Amino acid sequence: MSILITPETKILIQGITGAFGARHAQLSLDYGTKVVAGVTPGKGGQFFEHKEHKVPIFNSVAEAAAATGATVSAIFVPPPFAADAILECVDAGLDLVVAITEGIPVRDMVRVKRAMAGSKTRLIGPNCPGVVTPGTGPESSGGCRIGISPGYIHKKGHVGIVSRSGTLTYEAVWQVTCMGLGQSTCVGIGGDPVNGSSHLDIIKLFNADPDTKGIIMIGEIGGTAEVEAARWIKENCKKPVAGFIAGATAPKGRRMGHAGAVIGGKEDTAAAKIAIFQECGIEVAVTPSDMADALRRSARAKHKKLA
Amino acid sequence: MNIHEFQAKTLLEKYGVAVPKGVAARSAADFEPALAQFPEGLVVVKSQIHAGGRGKGTFTDGFQGGVKIAKSKAEALDYAQKMFGNTLVTAQTGPAGRKVQTIYFTQASGIKKEYYLAILLDRASSRPVIVASTEGGVEIEKVARETPEKIVKVFIDPAIGLADYQVRQLLFGLRFNPVEQKNAAKLIRNLYNVFWDTDASMVEINPLITTPDDQVQALDAKISFDDNALFRHPEIVALRDLNEEDPKETEASKHNLNYIALDGNIACLVNGAGLAMSTMDIIKYFGGNPANFLDVGGGATKEQVVAAFKIILTDPKVKGIFVNIFGGIMDCNVIAAGIVDAVKEVGLQLPLVVRLEGNNVVAGKQTLAASGLKLVSGDSMADAAKKIVKLVA
Repeated sequence: MSILITPETKILIQGITGAFGARHAQLSLDYGTKVVAGVTPGKGGQFFEHKEHKVPIFNSVAEAAAATGATVSAIFVPPPFAADAILECVDAGLDLVVAITEGIPVRDMVRVKRAMAGSKTRLIGPNCPGVVTPGTGPESSGGCRIGISPGYIHKKGHVGIVSRSGTLTYEAVWQVTCMGLGQSTCVGIGGDPVNGSSHLDIIKLFNADPDTKGIIMIGEIGGTAEVEAARWIKENCKKPVAGFIAGATAPKGRRMGHAGAVIGGKEDTAAAKIAIFQECGIEVAVTPSDMADALRRSARAKHKKLA
Repeated sequence: MNIHEFQAKTLLEKYGVAVPKGVAARSAADFEPALAQFPEGLVVVKSQIHAGGRGKGTFTDGFQGGVKIAKSKAEALDYAQKMFGNTLVTAQTGPAGRKVQTIYFTQASGIKKEYYLAILLDRASSRPVIVASTEGGVEIEKVARETPEKIVKVFIDPAIGLADYQVRQLLFGLRFNPVEQKNAAKLIRNLYNVFWDTDASMVEINPLITTPDDQVQALDAKISFDDNALFRHPEIVALRDLNEEDPKETEASKHNLNYIALDGNIACLVNGAGLAMSTMDIIKYFGGNPANFLDVGGGATKEQVVAAFKIILTDPKVKGIFVNIFGGIMDCNVIAAGIVDAVKEVGLQLPLVVRLEGNNVVAGKQTLAASGLKLVSGDSMADAAKKIVKLVA
């Protein structure tokens, strides 16, 4: 199995007719992902065509979900309209929303997060690379690719990866693939200060997933989400876990690309988070080149298999 | 985005927050007309730069203090002339300091007691939080560490807004007298409106003061805004002061590059914020010092790579360059061609280590090898980092 999505999951794409959304809709279709609908208000009734695929476009998420059975949405709409796009998915009762859009105002996300409390819809992102459950075909095709990750770097396997950063996720995925292992599911939770699912939310899913045998958690400076996850792991997770924190050399008070990557106080520095990882029995990757090796060290120490 | 104190105070006044009367002067010729608006007596003279610790700062010519209380208008004029155009170094500016290009004159308020009040985002709860303390005018981190019981926090439900009972929690927590309570309640409500309406990421009043006649005023004000929300606040964008920004960072933002200058000598050019941060880290890990953070984004073009090289090279401290690209969707060969063009266009003489990984990487490496350029290829991040550190050592 996997978490959040399987190769059978039907997805719709909000913003499928924009350049960014269209490009990644094509790549997901090529990967073998079941992209069953697009949503662009005003373009309902048209089709998104790519090779042999002809994806119907709808005016609203509710219509698209009702007509196609899609349970998951990927959001590619521009920042001023993205919060509304998320709320539309909540209203339509989707299971999962993956918001790729970068640059959504924090105030919009504060309201969205409040509006989602108690709803059945789970949010991943925003400002994230998305979610991938690799398939069994060549270069992991036949899987479910939601978002902007390169599909071919994956390999079906048993390592779960959760990260705030896109390219660091790819690094970890690639290291795991090159090692001959593979991934159950890879989740980019995004680099914004207010996001849907936290490290801990995803770690809990990996912990409960019998198909995930080891976890790589990638974090960065700013906030305390990684610390919260680490403390939970210490008490509840028996699986091997490796961790990496980016930003050891970042100056205080400067926003390092991601809106959430800002050192505010003493507790959200890289050094503080790494110390807590170690306290909690998480094997720390000393450099980003060491993430897969760190997981292997953790597995060895716990006498667990990753394959 | 940050703004100056005088701009913040103007914004606060617009929202009905009490501040001491103040007039900003942006040229020496404006000093006397500005001072003419004050009665004879005490006047506060404040250097306007985007950094804290101004009062304890020192100007590069030795003049002490970026904030002065003048006993007369004549003295205020003298102070203003000494500060204006002068470079102020504070604990937050770094050794280079900042040039003072605006002087803010304010009326001296009688101070009964100083408090601290700030509104910001609490990430753990994803809600705005108001943080207040009876210990004003000092570092709030110190208060939080040593006397946490002196800090009052209220978390605001965005669906409800600031509730009356929460305002009361703050008023009683700060132990205001009944007249002060009335004035402070109004100030706190208006301050929250500023925070929410303008998409501020932080509104900090340190100190908030009470006066002998029970007025409550924002004596200092620091406001920063969420960059992601600036598209809907042209009136805030108009307050941007490019003099306060590193010209390299301004140039980078024009090309949609994310650049932050640091103190080291190894420049980095990376795609993705997380990878860019960890590239800096790995340089440090192997004994080098990063000169910058530079994220070219997920879909970097050749033009962006050229612009990035040019920006990096305007920093005279740079002794070598580390290019680290994980080409996920991007074609590594396209990036390699961009690097070759950029190096030729800028006539690069410094050591260059390139680490490419991902989509079409073999062709990319061939393009680099066939270019005839003097560059070193790295296999992994660790390998490449070791090589560049060795080359600049």
